[in-house]
Amino acid sequence: MARIAGIDIPKEKHIVISLTYLFGIGKPLAQRLLKSLNIEEARKTKDLTEEEVIKIRTYIDNNYKVEGDLRREVTLNIKRLIEINSYRGIRHKRGLPVRGQRTHTNARTRKGRRKAVGIKAKGK
Amino acid sequence: MSRSLKKGPFIDESLSNQIEKLNQESQKKIIKTWSRSSTIFPEMVGHTIAVYDGRRHIPVFIAEAMVGHKLGEFAPTRSIRPHIYKGKSEKAATVKKKK
Repeated sequence: MARIAGIDIPKEKHIVISLTYLFGIGKPLAQRLLKSLNIEEARKTKDLTEEEVIKIRTYIDNNYKVEGDLRREVTLNIKRLIEINSYRGIRHKRGLPVRGQRTHTNARTRKGRRKAVGIKAKGK
Repeated sequence: MSRSLKKGPFIDESLSNQIEKLNQESQKKIIKTWSRSSTIFPEMVGHTIAVYDGRRHIPVFIAEAMVGHKLGEFAPTRSIRPHIYKGKSEKAATVKKKK
């Protein structure tokens, strides 16, 4: 069982894919990482030797911010924007799109499920 | 697209001159500006700049963390107000009219 950067244990998959289960490591970074460590991408995680796992672990720990640290950094960045009262901070606070997208329609990812608004006309 | 590094960050010339003058005299005065697109420089920290929002000049106190942002980010140009519920009588009147 491979434990890398804390708690994550992906196993029966190719090592490239397994690494992407870490927050902060996507496929391109996983590929780059394995290349520089000379480990074949297509090897299964469970087939890796203990040394190789340790090699990957130390490499990630020393060079990249992943998981909790990265999450904290992101929330701190957002908090900073809110504290200095910038436009982007206000948009974060209100839960609206931050990068100038339209809100007349769409923007449902940021706004969440539709909320019923207004009073329906009483039929007669 | 981001700005070419060759040019350096943008700042309105008259604004930077005014800031420099205030810094030399070590004064603190509110500077009115229309230049929302000017970048906030480290020299501006501690000053209050009144940024135009299309109607009024909104005083913005420049903090350390604001460096690198643009002045306009701190003076929103839109006011967001909730919808105001129109009184019942008014609404009934419009409905009647339609009929």
